[in-house]
Amino acid sequence: MKAATATLASGQRVASVGNYLALLKPRVMSLVVFTGLAGMLVAPTAIDPFTAFTALLCIAAGAGASGALNMAYDSDIDQLMTRTATRPIPMGRIARGDALGFGWTLAAGSLAVMALFVNLLAASLLAFTIGFYVFVYTLWLKRRTPQNIVIGGLAGALPPAIGWAAAAGSLALDPLVLVLIIFLWTPPHFWALSLYRSEDYARAGVPMLPVARGKKAARRQIFAYALVLAPTGLVPAFIGLGGPLYAAAALGFGGWFVFDAWLVMRERDETQEPAARRLFGVSILYLFALFAALIIEHLMGVPPVATLSFGGWA
Amino acid sequence: MSDEEGSPEARERRRRSIAIALVLAGLAILFFVMTIVRLQGHVTAFFQ
Repeated sequence: MKAATATLASGQRVASVGNYLALLKPRVMSLVVFTGLAGMLVAPTAIDPFTAFTALLCIAAGAGASGALNMAYDSDIDQLMTRTATRPIPMGRIARGDALGFGWTLAAGSLAVMALFVNLLAASLLAFTIGFYVFVYTLWLKRRTPQNIVIGGLAGALPPAIGWAAAAGSLALDPLVLVLIIFLWTPPHFWALSLYRSEDYARAGVPMLPVARGKKAARRQIFAYALVLAPTGLVPAFIGLGGPLYAAAALGFGGWFVFDAWLVMRERDETQEPAARRLFGVSILYLFALFAALIIEHLMGVPPVATLSFGGWA
Repeated sequence: MSDEEGSPEARERRRRSIAIALVLAGLAILFFVMTIVRLQGHVTAFFQ
């Protein structure tokens, strides 16, 4: 995010409102809110609009807090990578300590509001999500194992379950299918990015799969995950969550995802990595299309293809 | 307006203060509305 920045006489920059907004990773936040909204809408219990708004605000704030804390704890490696060097902390616009204070305050605030005004289950899931992203992914796994994004991806996958819990006050296997879809989507999405940003990650010493195991292994893994993801994406249509629009989106975009993953596996241009760049874009489109289909169907009252449900538990 | 008030640093600080004020006002409204929403059922039940 481009933001105006004032400079003190001492040379130290003054953080702008835009710099603090950039700390929240607004693009990631928007996807998190979107998937959380889908989880909320497909829940069998209706939620009043005020509580729904509050829950989404808390999910957004929690995601923003996670982003700010990630940027604070990773500021040393962010300054080494082209993609992240323009973030507010490496640019010297916000002090690391200020970002930590901002992030932890936002995290505590979002959890308190969720617990007080929505329910404890949704707050607990949000707390788990923030904690998992910050402690397990950012501080533990990211710099230690090529499986960082596989395990750490659970944090980004949980918002549909939080949305469902906010509406229903309980959990079921149905929202966990949506969690599984995002969980399986995360590795090929980030490995596609790390294929064409591998020099960045190597410079920063982050053992992303293409850096630690080589690009060939990463290409195979991307294709393998795509083969598992595409049929898993169809499951909501068979358990009473998705209707014909969802089924069509999962089939069409799932096929596109697998095809582009296959092109990534066959790619020989290791300098530009055009197939990986395309797959990165298609992966975002895939997730957006699936969850948009769920939201549209539920807003329009389109009945699901199947009525089989896993049931739930409190 | 003095030089200090017109400096980029002062302008940025003012923008941040306005943003914080707006966020606090929004939170106050949200807390009020949610308190009413959460209380409503109990209040009507009390008078029935």
